[in-house]
Amino acid sequence: MQNTKLEVKNLQISFSHEGNQVNAVRDVSFSLGQEKLAIVGESGSGKSTVGRSLLKLHPKNATVEAEKLLFGDIDLLKASEKTMRDIRGRRISMIMQDPKYSLNPVMKVGDQIAEAYLAHYKVSKKIAQEKALVMLEKVQIRDPKRVYSLYPHEVSGGMGQRVMIAMMLIPEPEIIIADEPTSALDVSVQRQVLNLLDELINESNIGLIFISHDLDLVRNYCDRVLVMYAGRVVESIKASELENAHHPYTQGLLKAPPRIGDIRHRLPTLERDPSWLYN
Amino acid sequence: MNMINIEGLNLSFGSGSNESKILHDVNIQVKAGESFGLVGESGSGKTTVLRCLAGQYHHWSGQLSVNGNSLQHKLDKKRCIDMQMVFQDPYGSLHPRHSIETALAEPLKIHKMDNKDQRISSILKKVGLDDSFRYRSPHQLSGGQRQRVAIARALILEPQILLLDEPTSALDVSVQAEILNLLKELKEKEGLTYLMVTHDLGVVTYLCDRVAVMQNGHIVETISSSDLANHGASEPYTKMLLDCCYHTEARLNDTTSFAN
Repeated sequence: MQNTKLEVKNLQISFSHEGNQVNAVRDVSFSLGQEKLAIVGESGSGKSTVGRSLLKLHPKNATVEAEKLLFGDIDLLKASEKTMRDIRGRRISMIMQDPKYSLNPVMKVGDQIAEAYLAHYKVSKKIAQEKALVMLEKVQIRDPKRVYSLYPHEVSGGMGQRVMIAMMLIPEPEIIIADEPTSALDVSVQRQVLNLLDELINESNIGLIFISHDLDLVRNYCDRVLVMYAGRVVESIKASELENAHHPYTQGLLKAPPRIGDIRHRLPTLERDPSWLYN
Repeated sequence: MNMINIEGLNLSFGSGSNESKILHDVNIQVKAGESFGLVGESGSGKTTVLRCLAGQYHHWSGQLSVNGNSLQHKLDKKRCIDMQMVFQDPYGSLHPRHSIETALAEPLKIHKMDNKDQRISSILKKVGLDDSFRYRSPHQLSGGQRQRVAIARALILEPQILLLDEPTSALDVSVQAEILNLLKELKEKEGLTYLMVTHDLGVVTYLCDRVAVMQNGHIVETISSSDLANHGASEPYTKMLLDCCYHTEARLNDTTSFAN
């Protein structure tokens, strides 16, 4: 793969709580170039934990270890808090799940986008505002001037998510981590938001890590899929070959959702095999 | 006879120049033992229809009747026994400091029903949990287990109708499959009537016999699930929704987004 942006080798994350150690992520390795990489799994499988570790967003009781955790030529494990501040938002940014909770409720959405720019570039407020307006237009908001001065409760879910995408793209990052960016949206809006994100990352050569539990969605959207179960990667596969996935867990996830015109009387549920943990 | 009969249901919020109409002449007929789906995007008014039926809104106009009895604007106990609701988010719909037993005993207490202990135990079994869950708090349960408790709480009064408001959209696909199987099983065993709101057309065709598609407070089309699956939809809006769902099942070809 040309120009690897991110390299992760044997990532281990554990949380200590009242003397107990919980291993949330074990031996996760992957690399990311200019592509769309999906991390898929059930809740609690550690997919978001991996995403957060790249930005070192974990609380103090977390221990992150890895043989390699390289972003370009920066070793994220050894990076100081100051270096991390330059990376967070500026070079790696994160789109959260729910625009309702992730936007500041008492600040105009446009100002929030401008703030993201001001945080990383030394420019005047006026220029940042103009940038924000251009960005709003880029995420296909029809009347950017009007929307700029709305508060988060005044915009719809799809619009809120577009605002968040604008906010994450305005500092021109190299990698975007999207943590279930569309699971709070309904199907028709979901498609618009995903297509938009797709266009924008192709345009500016961004690497995308797409965290989701929806294999159907991911298979059409991403290039490569990492399937996680109980903190481990059980399968890494090209999205187009997902149909031939051989791990029973991946197969189970593929078969679980009902499809339109489903004639199965019972939906298959996952039979979890303890031996998956030792492979 | 229709189990649920909704005729000319209208609802608006605000008054004067601020009045905004949410439901426009909604008509739905659901037969006994049928499961009926309401689909549409957020804001189309599908949950509002359920809320009118459940008695959470009082100022609707039109005719609502359940099991042959027409509904008054005020909520009475009879309606609760006929009809119970299961909410979308199992994390928000259970009281965080009430044990599962307290949560399940409350409807029994309100309706002065006997044999509390036995009823709780049998309803837990029915939804696939056991007595060991009784003294746990919601935070000790997984999302799927919580949704089972929410279904148990709705069923403990032995209603004939369940109103399901996106019962699986907060759950993972594998857990969603478990809950959908449970709902299907319960319906067959108990002869329940379902009115389900969802935006997932896969879920709706799996569980429901007929579907009404809502947009901006209007019902644009009522169609059987098999027709829906076999491309029998005639309204462009329904076709658009179908298109969005199929797109996640087939390879995405065009990157053009359409206007909202």
